[in-house]
Amino acid sequence: MNFTRYLEYTKRNIRRSPFQAMTASMVMFLTFLCLTLFLVLAVGSQMILRFYESKPQVIAFFKDGTTAQDIQTIQKALSAESKVSQTKYISKEEALKIYKERNKNDPALLELVTANILPASLEISTQAPEDLKEVAEILKREPVIEEVIVPEDVVATLTAATRIIRIIGSSVVLFMMSFATLVILMVVGFKIRLRRDEISIMRLIGASSSFIRTPFLMEGVFYGLVGACLSWIIVYLLLWYFTPFLQGYLGEVKLLPANPLFMLALLGLELVIAFIVGGLGSLGAVRRYLHI
Amino acid sequence: MIKFEDITKKFGSTLALDEISLQIEKGEFIFLVGPSGAGKSTILRILTHELIPTSGKVFVENIDITKLKSADIPNHRRKIGFIFQDFKLLDDRTVFEQVALTLEVLRKTNEEIKKEVEHILKLVDIWEKRNLFPRQLSGGEGQRTAIARAIVGKPDLLLADEPTGDLDPQTAWGVIQLLNEINSWGTTIIMATHNQEIVNTLKRRVIYLKDGKITKDLKEGKYELH
Repeated sequence: MNFTRYLEYTKRNIRRSPFQAMTASMVMFLTFLCLTLFLVLAVGSQMILRFYESKPQVIAFFKDGTTAQDIQTIQKALSAESKVSQTKYISKEEALKIYKERNKNDPALLELVTANILPASLEISTQAPEDLKEVAEILKREPVIEEVIVPEDVVATLTAATRIIRIIGSSVVLFMMSFATLVILMVVGFKIRLRRDEISIMRLIGASSSFIRTPFLMEGVFYGLVGACLSWIIVYLLLWYFTPFLQGYLGEVKLLPANPLFMLALLGLELVIAFIVGGLGSLGAVRRYLHI
Repeated sequence: MIKFEDITKKFGSTLALDEISLQIEKGEFIFLVGPSGAGKSTILRILTHELIPTSGKVFVENIDITKLKSADIPNHRRKIGFIFQDFKLLDDRTVFEQVALTLEVLRKTNEEIKKEVEHILKLVDIWEKRNLFPRQLSGGEGQRTAIARAIVGKPDLLLADEPTGDLDPQTAWGVIQLLNEINSWGTTIIMATHNQEIVNTLKRRVIYLKDGKITKDLKEGKYELH
């Protein structure tokens, strides 16, 4: 039997019980909405975290009169550390430029500020946020360094938030997946019971197991795919609509508008998961209720 | 073509068939008669492999069907047409779709299906009703549809389990004449029936069953109550 005929049978099965089909599709939609939101949130928070991790996390301000040689020695020593990923020297003049750029809308703050007032600094990035404290301690021991600022609280909060998102998100998604699988199992199982006369006649006229089973399996997969596509479209539209609003909150972190390649990859992943969830649900139903 | 060798079938402690042996040649038209519970339907269901005998062997074209593997059962069933007393038509399929189902199972193309279904529906004189659903058909039309579904795949063997049981005498005769015609093409027919008049008129081989045993096997038999 060719694929087209399996499709015809699947279509007929779905058309004949539209309310069950809608129920199954809506449950799958909700499940995949959770999954899509969780994935977008997880990837987004990870990118925000990465952004902050990649930003100079430790800032060491030099005392006035620090020589270029002292700075080079410290930079060289830091570069040798495996935990340090990058160092960047900000001279007094560069510091003034940054200050002016950040406060360009507030002229009062720009008055009387000269390069001499601002200290030269060294911005140091680490491989992992956990290394920040250790690097800060090394810097504090340097006599030419006036002050070391570690924005570890921000990173710690972000790390904790990302971890919580992962744990809660995974749990919710796992629960929803199991729920959706069971709903598909129930709906397809119910349909098998409903069509038992037809199945018994099909068996009697010599239908093979695959002839009888495949449309039911495809039906489960169909619900999964519909749910996945719908949820992906809705989330994409929501992201697109709220981009200006969300980007205002994100500030320097350029996450939105969502990268189309990322969204396509997300759709691909969801279709694979939908195939598995729908397939597993209907396979369970076929094994449980369809004895051929 | 068909050979039963010492077939016994038990349902728990109930004995449905008791060591029956039987041989049926290709092209025969056989009536299985006897009281309810005599074992008529059990014989038919063993032939379709719905039931497996408790002991004994059943050969269909020299293949012992009691030893068929699951994967071979569909192939075996495709050689058999089955007609039921209650027609067993599918409520949500039209006459055309009921008959097409058999050909879909046989993996025919849509063009072949269209052509063959049209041919068979015209043959059983129900082409005009092709777009109707079972609830819109009379008893005779329903049974003709069931017969069309059973024979469209050109089976070697046609099994009929009291096909006239739910029909009025005139319609029943129409069905029997149709079966007689199908038999004339060379299809072997085994029909379980209680209809004395049909058996007596057709004068074909009659196998009497009682309490799971064959009590008589007459070449040109009559329906005898005792």
